[in-house]
Amino acid sequence: MTTARPRPAPRTGAPSEQQDTVAQAGVSGRPAAPRPARVDPTPATGAQSLVRSLEAVGCDVVFGIPGGAILPAYDPLYDSTLVRHILVRHEQGAGHAATGYAQATGRVGVCIATSGPGATNLVTPLADAMLDSVPVVAITGQVGRKMIGTDAFQEADICGITLPITKHNMLVTDPADIPRAITEAFHIASTGRPGPVLVDLPKDVLQAQTTFSWPVEMALPGYRPTTKPHGKQIREAARLIAEAQRPVLYVGGGVIKAEASAELMDLARETGAPVVTTLMARGAFPDSHPQNLGMPGMHGTVAAVAAMQRSDLLIALGARFDDRVTGELSTFAPEARIVHADIDPAEIGKNRVADVPIVGDAREVIGELTAALRARSQDGAERPDLTSWWNQLDAWRETFPLGYDEPADGTLSPEYVIERIGKIAGPEAIYAAGVGQHQMWAAQFIGYENPRTWLNSGGAGTMGYGVPAAMGAKVGMPDTTVWCIDGDGCFQMTNQELATCAIEGIPIKVAVINNGNLGMVRQWQTLFYGERYSNTELGTHKHRVPDFVMLAEALGCEGLRCESRDDVDRVIEQAMAITDRPVVIDFTVGADAQVWPMVAAGTGNDQIMAARDIRPLFDDPEAGGADEVVTNIERENEAR
Amino acid sequence: MSTHTLSVLVEDKPGVLARISGLFSRRGYNIQSLAVGPTEEQGISRMTICVSVDEFPLEQVTKQLNKLVNVIKIVELEPATSVQRELVMLKVRADATVRSQVLEVTQMFRAKVVDVAPDAVTVEATGTADKLSALRRMLEPYGIREIVQSGMVALARGPRAIAANR
Repeated sequence: MTTARPRPAPRTGAPSEQQDTVAQAGVSGRPAAPRPARVDPTPATGAQSLVRSLEAVGCDVVFGIPGGAILPAYDPLYDSTLVRHILVRHEQGAGHAATGYAQATGRVGVCIATSGPGATNLVTPLADAMLDSVPVVAITGQVGRKMIGTDAFQEADICGITLPITKHNMLVTDPADIPRAITEAFHIASTGRPGPVLVDLPKDVLQAQTTFSWPVEMALPGYRPTTKPHGKQIREAARLIAEAQRPVLYVGGGVIKAEASAELMDLARETGAPVVTTLMARGAFPDSHPQNLGMPGMHGTVAAVAAMQRSDLLIALGARFDDRVTGELSTFAPEARIVHADIDPAEIGKNRVADVPIVGDAREVIGELTAALRARSQDGAERPDLTSWWNQLDAWRETFPLGYDEPADGTLSPEYVIERIGKIAGPEAIYAAGVGQHQMWAAQFIGYENPRTWLNSGGAGTMGYGVPAAMGAKVGMPDTTVWCIDGDGCFQMTNQELATCAIEGIPIKVAVINNGNLGMVRQWQTLFYGERYSNTELGTHKHRVPDFVMLAEALGCEGLRCESRDDVDRVIEQAMAITDRPVVIDFTVGADAQVWPMVAAGTGNDQIMAARDIRPLFDDPEAGGADEVVTNIERENEAR
Repeated sequence: MSTHTLSVLVEDKPGVLARISGLFSRRGYNIQSLAVGPTEEQGISRMTICVSVDEFPLEQVTKQLNKLVNVIKIVELEPATSVQRELVMLKVRADATVRSQVLEVTQMFRAKVVDVAPDAVTVEATGTADKLSALRRMLEPYGIREIVQSGMVALARGPRAIAANR
């Protein structure tokens, strides 16, 4: 499959590699016993076989809740010194925690639930992990084999339910198959395009006597991900890159998953081309780098959006031309030829036809592209001069930098709060967000320098993702500061996991950007529904229900509140100083701040609004330099 | 829109049919017919799927099918280079006065009678969809009481085989 690479602590590779990970098994502070590389067949129950398989495959932590059908598994789990179980408060929290753990560490995240409602509560996080290609293994209990199909107590056809939202799933009907099922689940979840895999285990399979042995052979004749790119396609892509006048490196989440940031830096240097990092790729390329134009898409920077619209060559690396990036597809990057590299062949040509399709692992693709470009220049091939392209890019960047206005009503600016958290916690911290305005501001106003430091629900847009994902990230990266930037709406969906954090010793920091409303929905109501605010006011301002400080304290956390600009730094620093328990800060911010720039849903990217009523008018083919852009704005302002 | 015939080798495991049919429906493609049966290799089934899509969505269908872990191989069979067959059984109203006419039609189509009753015969025929619908048109005047028709099965012409292990 993939070639050996120095990923941070590989956990899913060959058993021989797993000896190396022993030193890290002490996440919970418990003594680590060596992980077995080889076990001769020994008698075991199905449940023991499951736990020993999890240990052998390198799993060090599982997030879950026991219940009737999964109960047999919890008995041997109680004795395991290698697998730490974290008792969450809701199975959705277990799923998102596994996702956050996986996104922060690059290892497979694991969650466990019982049958029926336990399993169905995993549906949202599994769908979330599917859309964001996160390696997650979900283990669910199932009613006994004889009861399946009888509408038994707590029975749900979880394999049927999760069929479209998992990369693969399996119902294990023979206890002897458990080690193979776990091996395959971890392998499928973590290789190729990563994704969630569910293993459903009937109660009597867990209780049955069987034998455990390790390692086991996988039987996956239909699963052969392509990681090595085709040499001819690489050369063709290199030719297009070398000839492009207005190239853009369109970087997606696949670059982070492939651990290809160093290779991307080489490619960026070699090409001199601008880089845009999608919502899923924030941190794949340093924000401080002069070639980084920021995030493209619906709430991307004007420079990133405009660069793609005017580009003559998009080099898409582990990106999937999502509708939130392309806007109206028919007017997206109309002049650009497309080099599209992805590990999933089905993504190539799905939304936009690729001139040069490349199927392969982003790290290998990028490395080979750079090598091919170097080979060309060694052969004396001329490279186009990108000076005029950069002049235009810089003009856009200077004319339309990311920014925000202080609220006219004197309330606290949410963008300022998020910006200050990013500055004070710095680029070494991990930031997880919920979904909505605060998520977009966190993507825009925090500077990301490293991969795996920005965790969010990009594809599914799952409100409530933030707190449990931050919890999972902190478990995987205990020495790193983990902030959850959450909204007051999102926070009320999953904040019960703070009890888990308090009791299990997972000191995350949560900034509730409390604007009293479902802010993003309210923004759309302001812009598109005549300011008719139907059911978006949450009452967290008006009635202070809930009082987030009291709620935090009730959940065993430190609760802080900040209501004025002058207090922001002090409160953030106060939170940074608390490292022995979780902290929640209620940042009471204004309700009227909006996320800009914005490409309204269903419109083309040329219609991007830099701010309310400011449209750069990129659809004028003659408009190019900043002067003309400014003139266009003036013209538009005059016309109103 | 045109009809394409996909020959798909899959692992013979529970739920595989649901995975495949679910994939077609949730991505908005309509299956015209589907036939499943064993292959020469144990544990491997062959599905012959007829789907009505344009060229471009077809590529997406096959790529998405290929992503299913239980799908081993997919080949599109062109009508010109493959043998395509369906099977139909028609229960035709035929008492003694018209029975010989029905039998005549049956013989013309090289179909055969598989059951007979005083006022009905059941005719079995195999062939392409065109031939079977022609037979049906010829028998309709006598009164068709019941029809059952299989999905299409198809095999590439020539000596080469689609093997799971290649």
